[in-house]
Amino acid sequence: MEKNKQSAKAAAWENYAALVKRITPKSKMAQGCLRAFWVGGSICTLGQALADIGVSFLNLTASSASAFSSITLIFLTALLTGLGVFDRIARYAGAGTVVPITGFANAMVSPAMEFKPEGWVLGTGARLFTIAGPVLVYGISASVVVGILYYFIRW
Amino acid sequence: MLMYLKAFLVGGLFCLIGEALILKTKLTPARILVVYITTGVILSAAGLYAPIVRFAGAGATTPLTGFGHLLAQGAISAVQDTGILGAFTGGMTSAAGGITAAVFFGFIVAICFKPKPKDY
Amino acid sequence: MAQHRIGKQTIVFPGKPGILSSAAVVGPKEGRGPLADGFDLVVNDALFNQESYEQAEHAIFREACEKCLKKGNFSNTDVQAMLGGDLLNQIMAASLSARELSIPFLGLYGACSTIAESLILGAILVDGGYAAPVLCAAGSHFCTAERQYRYPLEYGNQRTPAAQWTVTGTGACLLGASSNPWARITHATAGRVVDMGIKDANNMGAAMAPAAADTLIAHFRDTGRTPQDYDQIISGDLGRIGSEILTELMKKNDYLLTQDNYMDCGLKIFDPRDDVHAGGSGCGCSATTLSAYILPKIRKREWKRVLFMATGALLSTTTSQQGETIPGVAHALVLEGEM
Repeated sequence: MEKNKQSAKAAAWENYAALVKRITPKSKMAQGCLRAFWVGGSICTLGQALADIGVSFLNLTASSASAFSSITLIFLTALLTGLGVFDRIARYAGAGTVVPITGFANAMVSPAMEFKPEGWVLGTGARLFTIAGPVLVYGISASVVVGILYYFIRW
Repeated sequence: MLMYLKAFLVGGLFCLIGEALILKTKLTPARILVVYITTGVILSAAGLYAPIVRFAGAGATTPLTGFGHLLAQGAISAVQDTGILGAFTGGMTSAAGGITAAVFFGFIVAICFKPKPKDY
Repeated sequence: MAQHRIGKQTIVFPGKPGILSSAAVVGPKEGRGPLADGFDLVVNDALFNQESYEQAEHAIFREACEKCLKKGNFSNTDVQAMLGGDLLNQIMAASLSARELSIPFLGLYGACSTIAESLILGAILVDGGYAAPVLCAAGSHFCTAERQYRYPLEYGNQRTPAAQWTVTGTGACLLGASSNPWARITHATAGRVVDMGIKDANNMGAAMAPAAADTLIAHFRDTGRTPQDYDQIISGDLGRIGSEILTELMKKNDYLLTQDNYMDCGLKIFDPRDDVHAGGSGCGCSATTLSAYILPKIRKREWKRVLFMATGALLSTTTSQQGETIPGVAHALVLEGEM
């Protein structure tokens, strides 16, 4: 009896999900991907230009130049976020701004700004990491696992 | 010039895949970031990411997978230098610049600006 | 058995409590929408000269209540009860406003259905002779709802086509016994909480539509009426997708909703050229539309009898993150003009 009731509910939910799917407009896949591609590609091209500037004009090594490039992009993102411009670009570009380091920087700046009324410590200070925290947790943990495995296996 | 084209194409491709994932799987952008950094660590450890970096330069280092690559290579080379302790120091050391910049600039900008309503 | 009751869910008000006055205060985006002329105040800045958006929401809430009292020629000391709520955690905009208005306060939460919930309970207080006049109000604010339910304002994300735009604004109504009110409340149907397994917090219309259908069907069954008995059937904030689903669900039950006899406040309040995707939402959506559009239509005798139903999606970020589905609720009341 209980089981019948459950399966009737599951069937009703399934029917309804189909109705919702039929009526809800689809996200525009091709348009979204194209926008993400060209904006994201452009950000990476800018990153390459910054790295080249680092090597040619600042006499940096290749790895330092790469770090210089990332830091500059992070700075630009933080500034554009503060000026209220970044969310407009992101609204157009979607993953084009999320996937590059710009997405990481925006994810730190925006909650820090947003929660300023809650104070400098538990507002801005703590909220810097609301979205970026998980990224660091998984990235760092994975790198530790890789390091430990490498110590024992040395591939 | 060719390097710029390659950076554009490869970087763009990383973003295109991200957009497709967001639209198809309903992964939130925050999850995308986690997936990308972790994927970067794994690809890098498997030796698959370094060739992409050599090929596309910033096209591979700017996406968050590149951040993962940095973490993994840092951990590996630190283990080579200092043994098991390197597993704990290497990743963060190599990624220190990016993380510190994001914390510092994020903090400064939060001090200087207020969020605006989305007026469109 | 309760004596003022017909059917399973519907209340009949023998004294037909009146709406004595109403007011709506909204943000800039609502103020440039099609209902602009009906609002009592359009604030030109979503911060409304406050320190935070939460404080702005509170100030807008209080302002709407004060304007409503003024229009009805009442002072706050005349009012015997205040009912209402908002979307902030612990309904703080309403609570803080009640602090300053110092009217006995019964805080309510029904998500975006709050204005209907308040009016039903307010009408019961008035008709039962327990309190009069009674102030009912509900509001929301785009910026506070974004941070609470979604992302920080400056966070770069894309909205899906089904996403809705939280209305910045508060609508307030004063209920009481009067020989010549703006409109009278004759019936009310409180809705059941209905959940059809929707988990997508960016598709609230789909989450609420089954509850809306459930309440409408209950209302027609209890009263023996049909959609033809109403000049207009009005839902709160189902948006484009939700109202399309509702129309379809009602059709399956042989109740015909058409462009002529049915409207959704979420599709009325914003300029369609603004980028609001599936339409407006939030407590303020139905509450301000009621004051700025629906009550004026009744006062002008363009509509004699309407069914006003506010809809709410009962989700919290906590339950959503834990994978819980989104239940919906809808409360309806019948508004009649003076004959």
